[in-house]
Amino acid sequence: MIWKIFLFVLLAFVSIAGIAFPIVEKPSAWYEFPFIPGLEENAKIIFFHVPTAWLTVIAFLMSTIFSFNYLRKKNLDDDAKAYSAAQLGMVFCILATVTGAVWSKFAWGSFWSWDPRQTSIFAILLIYGALFALRSSIESEDKRATLSAVYSLIAFVTVPFFIFIMPRIMKGLHPGSADDTNAGPVVDFKMNSSMQLIFFLSLTGFTILYFWMWRVGYKSIIYKDKLEKQLITPTKSELGG
Amino acid sequence: MSNYSIHSQHLSKSFGRRLIFKDINFNWNEKGSFGISGPNGSGKSTLVKIIAGLIAPSFGKIIHKNSGGEIIPEKLHNHIGFVSPYLILYEEFSAWENLKIFAQIRGVTLEEERVLTYLQQFLLKDRKDDLVKTYSSGMKQRLKFVFALQHSPEVLILDEPTSNLDEDGKKNVYKIINDESKNRIVVVASNESRDLELCSEILMLEKFK
Amino acid sequence: MIAKPFALFKKDYHSELRTRYAINSLAMFIIVAISVILFSIGNETITESLTGGLFWVVIFFTAMSGLARAFVSEEERGTTLTLQLIASPSTVFSGKLIFNLILVFCMNVVIALLYSALFEKFIIQNFLLFIITFILGNIGLAVASTIIAAIIAKAGAKGTLYPVLSFPILLPLILTCVQLTLFSIDGTGFADAQFELAIVVGYDVIMLTASYMLFDFIWKD
Repeated sequence: MIWKIFLFVLLAFVSIAGIAFPIVEKPSAWYEFPFIPGLEENAKIIFFHVPTAWLTVIAFLMSTIFSFNYLRKKNLDDDAKAYSAAQLGMVFCILATVTGAVWSKFAWGSFWSWDPRQTSIFAILLIYGALFALRSSIESEDKRATLSAVYSLIAFVTVPFFIFIMPRIMKGLHPGSADDTNAGPVVDFKMNSSMQLIFFLSLTGFTILYFWMWRVGYKSIIYKDKLEKQLITPTKSELGG
Repeated sequence: MSNYSIHSQHLSKSFGRRLIFKDINFNWNEKGSFGISGPNGSGKSTLVKIIAGLIAPSFGKIIHKNSGGEIIPEKLHNHIGFVSPYLILYEEFSAWENLKIFAQIRGVTLEEERVLTYLQQFLLKDRKDDLVKTYSSGMKQRLKFVFALQHSPEVLILDEPTSNLDEDGKKNVYKIINDESKNRIVVVASNESRDLELCSEILMLEKFK
Repeated sequence: MIAKPFALFKKDYHSELRTRYAINSLAMFIIVAISVILFSIGNETITESLTGGLFWVVIFFTAMSGLARAFVSEEERGTTLTLQLIASPSTVFSGKLIFNLILVFCMNVVIALLYSALFEKFIIQNFLLFIITFILGNIGLAVASTIIAAIIAKAGAKGTLYPVLSFPILLPLILTCVQLTLFSIDGTGFADAQFELAIVVGYDVIMLTASYMLFDFIWKD
């Protein structure tokens, strides 16, 4: 319980700080952020866009790892863990795409321009969508777990192409792509110390949130499964008695 | 042909979280017929498919050995002959074409004389060039026996072998089981007691829940 | 080594000759797809880059129309068990891959010929680059499509699921091949196209390896 309160306070602080703290030319007070050329006012979205994109990748990795474990040991719990990670991955992917599109509108003038990184995040969205479509079309849970595990692994193999190779060869608007002379505020640490603080707090907060949601997610999948099969019987308190 | 044995160690199978059977152990070390009995839904077909290497067990092992040692799963299929009601052959080809193609895909030579003898024995020789599409269900079942025996497997697995057959057909199957159990390990999975009468050892699946 | 998969390919080939299912419907599909594009363009002329992109669009959808059959036909007729009894998983995958490779090449040669006849901007300057892109791209297309076909053969809703699952996997390949096709139309030299060619080769190799390793899990229940 104490962790949930701590997490709530942390994320509340990050959200308020991220949005409300002003950006000024020469930061003097601890709560002021500097001007970053190329980003200016829009910089604040970095507190939300980068963590959600980061968590999309983490979720994808976890989904792949548990899929791999399932294929080795055929334990349905691993499938529940992979599925829970994939669900969260989808959510964070949508958030990353939307925050990215909003940022794109303000920074580059349009919501979408098929920049390589945008294309990659869209491809990941398609992969998740395909995975859920596949899962919903298979009745047998063994088959469902095996086939989604195989598809996750195949999809994982194509991801390096998107994340690393394409942005390097294709020109893009995203900070950090082929012809951008600023390597990007994260890489170069053009943020001052208070920005960095909020940024890392946001990253930490969202990561904890993700792991907490993932744990609740997979456990509820497993309990629901076992209840349906009457492998465990609910106790009186669980039934609300 | 000799020295073939099948060993099962703590064999268990679950589909999802549903247990089908557990802790089955046996050692079949010599030629003969071995039966698997149990009511419908008890997992006979599942067990038989595990023995044939078509399904993996959830726990435990099934080991096939011949004089060269343990046989790896990738090479197991040429040592097994399998007959079951749900096996379907290629209906757009004739019986003879089916058998020829299977031999090529298996990577063995089709011994024409032997296969013709089998076809004769199963009363299919004069229809061997007709498309399987035109066969009756009894004829298809008999063709499956030829399919199972054409490559001289050390193990013959029969899942419900007398389904779809009339009295004469059944008698022929019992003759096959008798004859072949002198040359191979024959596994019969059935819920008909007549089918199992010929078996020296019978595994009763209800005991392994 | 190759004899057994090749025997499986021959089985599929003869079966195809008897039923003539795939050839007829695929040929019609190609004609319909290209006609739809021509009608939508009307009298406008489209740029080289658009022509090059559309070329791979037609290739993708034709592949989606025809390449699942290798596995779906076995599932639908109930002969998957038969195949499991006579061949090891790697033989089955190799055999189906050979069939799909040949099918892909035949389809795409037809598409390429029709394309150069019907689209005025489809003039290749660096022909060698185009041929290499064509070959490598087709290999990648066949491999990825075959493994995904194996997956959806065991699922429901096979027809609609196939493009949904294949597209994200094929996307890096298609993007790079479109780029290479544009290079060959523009007449760019090999030196500048090296990176893209390396990507396609890498994709082919990685997909092939991953497919063989994962096929066992799909094939055996």
